[in-house]
Amino acid sequence: MLKLEKLNKSFGEHRALVDITTTFPEHQTTVILGPSGSGKSTLLRSLNLLERPESGKYFFDDDVFDFAEGISVKDTLNIRKQTEMVFQGYNLFPHLTVLKNIMEGPVQVLHRPKADVEKEAHALLAKVGLADKADVYPNQLSGGQAQRVAIARSLAMQPKYILLDEPTSALDPELELEVLKVLKQISTEKRSMIIVTHNMAFAREVADKIIFVEDGHILFDGPNERFFKTDNKRIADFISAMTFANI
Amino acid sequence: MWDIIVNATPQLVVAGLKYTIPISIVSFLLGLILALITALVRLSTKKGPFRILKAIFRFYVWLFRSTPLLVQLFIVYFGLPYLKIAGIAPDGIKLTPLVAGIITFSLNTGAYCSETIRASILSIPKGQWEAAYSMGMTRSKALSRIILPQAVRVSLPPLANSFIGLVKDTSLAASITIVEMFEVSQQIAAENYQPLIMYCLVAALYAVACSLLSWLQGYLEKVTSRYVTNAD
Ligand SMILES: Nc1ncnc2c1ncn2[C@@H]1O[C@H](COP(=O)(O)OP(=O)(O)OP(=O)(O)O)[C@@H](O)[C@H]1O
Ligand SMILES: [Mg+2]
Repeated sequence: MLKLEKLNKSFGEHRALVDITTTFPEHQTTVILGPSGSGKSTLLRSLNLLERPESGKYFFDDDVFDFAEGISVKDTLNIRKQTEMVFQGYNLFPHLTVLKNIMEGPVQVLHRPKADVEKEAHALLAKVGLADKADVYPNQLSGGQAQRVAIARSLAMQPKYILLDEPTSALDPELELEVLKVLKQISTEKRSMIIVTHNMAFAREVADKIIFVEDGHILFDGPNERFFKTDNKRIADFISAMTFANI
Repeated sequence: MWDIIVNATPQLVVAGLKYTIPISIVSFLLGLILALITALVRLSTKKGPFRILKAIFRFYVWLFRSTPLLVQLFIVYFGLPYLKIAGIAPDGIKLTPLVAGIITFSLNTGAYCSETIRASILSIPKGQWEAAYSMGMTRSKALSRIILPQAVRVSLPPLANSFIGLVKDTSLAASITIVEMFEVSQQIAAENYQPLIMYCLVAALYAVACSLLSWLQGYLEKVTSRYVTNAD
């Protein structure tokens, strides 16, 4: 279980996250929604410690970390091994083949035997529909393929949580669909995922839980069904604006 | 004219093989190691006393980039014997010409190449660091596995330039009595009174050596760029 308590993060004068308290249940897909600049990425990146909030508590299973006191290098590495990030821009390693991209973390960070990892990597590639791309370099992939490799790479670490920051917003609709299908598949496998997205239809489809962020505050935190039936004017406006934009 | 060339070339080539090439290679390798250390120290995010080390390296780079190589050679070879340090070197620091040359060339190349390496590391997108960190890599692991292999490709052309520059700069070693290729050409010219032919000949030999290096550079660029399909 991942839990945040009174998390605060500022960039200079600007308060990007204000007193964020929420939980990210295990074996569920949590979707983070909100307008541009509301703090969604900052929230997601804080979970992976790519951002360091100034204050707040971070509960990871039985461990509690206090951002105000700082988190040691050892704990940081430990948390990161269990929370894999999938980026909007893929961030595949261009100098490694697709297969080596997927094997890099398990071999170099988890120190697992190469042969096992390689077998798993091939299986993961098959799972994301790219079994034939094992030996190509990332720049020979389309955006949709690259993002699916990035998803396979994150799965290879067998993390507790997979964090995805707008995984499809750099893709055109057809390629987006390839990636969303894979994510949908993963979400039905009851993995713990946290996804930032602007795609309302997808959110509605995969989310168990939805968090709506605006101006660094959480405006809604609850189950999927309730979000789409909310009487909160601001959220209802957001939903209708986003769905119209999708038509 | 052919006689002169036929007679002189072997002597020049011997001098080149004995001094110019070994000095270039040794100095460049030492310089590269120094450059990598310098770049990594200067890019380090460590704070506290480490900042003093950073300042020292920054000073070193500034010093060697802001003074002429010839003057540096003179200071190390002719000047240091007068630097008397009680306890360590009471009679001054006396270096053989070869050692003084290699030290100076290494320090000089190291200063320039450290800037190349530093810039090439900085040119790797932040997302590469983040992807590496996200999977739990330490900073040094991210550097060695993800960042440096990509930085090598970026830094190869400017590093090759530095190496080619160094090969030509070793001719300055003549001024601290090293009998490298240029020095030999001067000696022969003094005997046969053919400075035009001799200096053109030695220039041609430098050009041959540097062309070979350019060719090697092209080959290395191809190898390290194999993951870039639409390579420039
Ligand atoms: N490194 C940074 N330095 C300064 N300000 C930042 C930085 N990162 C984010 N911000 C600011 O913090 C706020 C929240 O940013 P964040 O990236 O989390 O928004 P977001 O909800 O992910 O937006 P988008 O939907 O456009 O991705 C924004 O106002 C942004 O300008
Ligand atoms: Mg964002």
